Amino acid sequence: MELDLMKAKEFYHKMLLIRRFEERCVELYSNQKIRGFLHLYIGEEAIAVALMDALTKEDAVLATYREHGYALARGVSCESIMAEMFGKVEGCSRGRGGSMHLFDASARFYGGSAIVAGALPLAVGMALADKMQKRNRVTVCVFGDGAVAEGEFHESLNLAALWKLPVLFVCENNLYAMGTALKYTESETEIYKKAASYKISSKQIDGMSVIEVAKAAKRAVEDIKDGNGPVFLECLTYRFRAHSMFDAELYREKAEVIEWKKKDPLLVFENRLKEIGLWSEVDATAIEDAIKTAIDKAVEFAENGTLEALEDLEKFVYSEVSHG
Amino acid sequence: MDNTTTYREAVREAIRKAMTENESVFLMGEDVGHYGGCYAVSMGLLDEFGAQRIIDTPLSESSFTGAGIGAALNGMRPIVEIMTVNFSLLALDQIMNNAATLLHMSGGQLNVPLVIRMATGGGKQLAAQHSHSLEGWFAHIPGLKVLTPATVQDAYDMVGLALADPDPVLIFENALLYNSKGSIDTQGTPVPIGKALIHKAGKDISIFTYGISLFKALEAAEALAKDGIDVEVIDLRSLRPLDDETVMNSVKKTHKVIIVDEGWKSGSISAEIMARINEQAFYELDAPMARVCTVEVPLPYAKHLEDAALPQPQKIVDTARTMMGK
Repeated sequence: MELDLMKAKEFYHKMLLIRRFEERCVELYSNQKIRGFLHLYIGEEAIAVALMDALTKEDAVLATYREHGYALARGVSCESIMAEMFGKVEGCSRGRGGSMHLFDASARFYGGSAIVAGALPLAVGMALADKMQKRNRVTVCVFGDGAVAEGEFHESLNLAALWKLPVLFVCENNLYAMGTALKYTESETEIYKKAASYKISSKQIDGMSVIEVAKAAKRAVEDIKDGNGPVFLECLTYRFRAHSMFDAELYREKAEVIEWKKKDPLLVFENRLKEIGLWSEVDATAIEDAIKTAIDKAVEFAENGTLEALEDLEKFVYSEVSHG
Repeated sequence: MDNTTTYREAVREAIRKAMTENESVFLMGEDVGHYGGCYAVSMGLLDEFGAQRIIDTPLSESSFTGAGIGAALNGMRPIVEIMTVNFSLLALDQIMNNAATLLHMSGGQLNVPLVIRMATGGGKQLAAQHSHSLEGWFAHIPGLKVLTPATVQDAYDMVGLALADPDPVLIFENALLYNSKGSIDTQGTPVPIGKALIHKAGKDISIFTYGISLFKALEAAEALAKDGIDVEVIDLRSLRPLDDETVMNSVKKTHKVIIVDEGWKSGSISAEIMARINEQAFYELDAPMARVCTVEVPLPYAKHLEDAALPQPQKIVDTARTMMGK
């Protein structure tokens, strides 16, 4: 893929936005503005940014409970995401979902699922609907390495391959299913090989390189839209922060974390841009400032948001036009 | 009107009608296509509508149910057939964690117009993994609707009602009813979801029931009539939502209640109905409420044991007589 200055700026901006947005979330969590679970994507930003870049507005996205980065990269507004975390009506799920359940139908962003592997069958169904309706769209389904142990993973890969559905499966392999290393739970730790066994075109890529993920994602989406059936990408990555805010990180060595931080996607990208002489033109300071302003605005928006009236508690259990 | 349509044919006819009228409707499940349906409900539909719309799935209840949800989110009107209620437990994650919650979790953005049909109930000596009545369990879950067609007319109507609903609807078809016969009116307005029906009016005892137990209750009512006990038999039709109004009106009339439910007693829909009567019509009661339910065992294979475990007309008769002091 072409990496011009505009794209370079966009990638850097989006990755840094995710990073700074989540850093602010941590502060807000400590100040008890955000509650519940908060799973941080820091360290894995390259994947969401690159994947979303490969999609059109008509494509659909299903993600996990570690999905702030996807929502932001997909274009869901900082304001509505922050308001959601604050539990306000102005939130992208009206405060009914929280951090783990961000939704935006207008962005075709379908969550935000906190059941590991639970979104894979949905992605299969969405792609089935597209195929039946002869719409040339892709459904992207993202999940972690923990999902591959679930039956739904295998059932869904089989269905997608069997029915040649337009799904892009993306496994973010960050080596740990919460606190248990992959080597303790999987007989085959090369995850893409599992997909290959279902006759799905699959490969393992460096998830710390936004350029490499973008290239692979673009090719995958093209293949899928050409009618060649599903594609599977295993992105090798690393979660820099704890699993959630309740994780003492007893299961991994500090040295390992330090080693992976050398592959920080922002750093890797910066170095690459320096190599090709684009970095000085990116104007990182201006981007940093713009992001700070946007996040400040989002926090203010969330602070000033409204709490849903208690008499509306039972809304959205059934559709309002529902019979019976 | 003739009485020659079977329950099976009524469901099939309703699916055929829906698929003919609406291109977005399709049927998916295990053995629904080439085999013709485990209970032959979809026999012939593959030839009529093709493999694109009558879809045989692998034995992957969780993923094909989830795929139904995904397709529903993306503009289709899927009917997912799960072979039998015990297998639906393999899809429980999708039904509970996705179908029932997406509308709420998304703040009202994503409704799931999905229909799931499955066979339920005992009586065919299929033992403890094919015979249970778990519809009451599903009725526990906000976000779902739970329908229990007993009559051939409802077998027909409920498919259409469920497909017209914007939210997930589960239809429980008693396996023993597939061969039952009746007539169907395909032109009338169906009784809506959430409305119970009085099948036999009476003044002495209200029997609330649903599904195949309706016919056991009606048989019991006939026997009781000979004793001079005038029973009112009400088919709940829908376990969620429950028609509290019809239930309470009947309690106000008879002041005595028996609930017949093929589920077990503990934590059941029968317990829920009793609780609601207790909350809403306690002072109308002239006697403690009673229940005829399945004995609390996994259903056994041997016929005499299975018969003894399930609600039977004689048990209903005995319960009513005791209640009336006869």
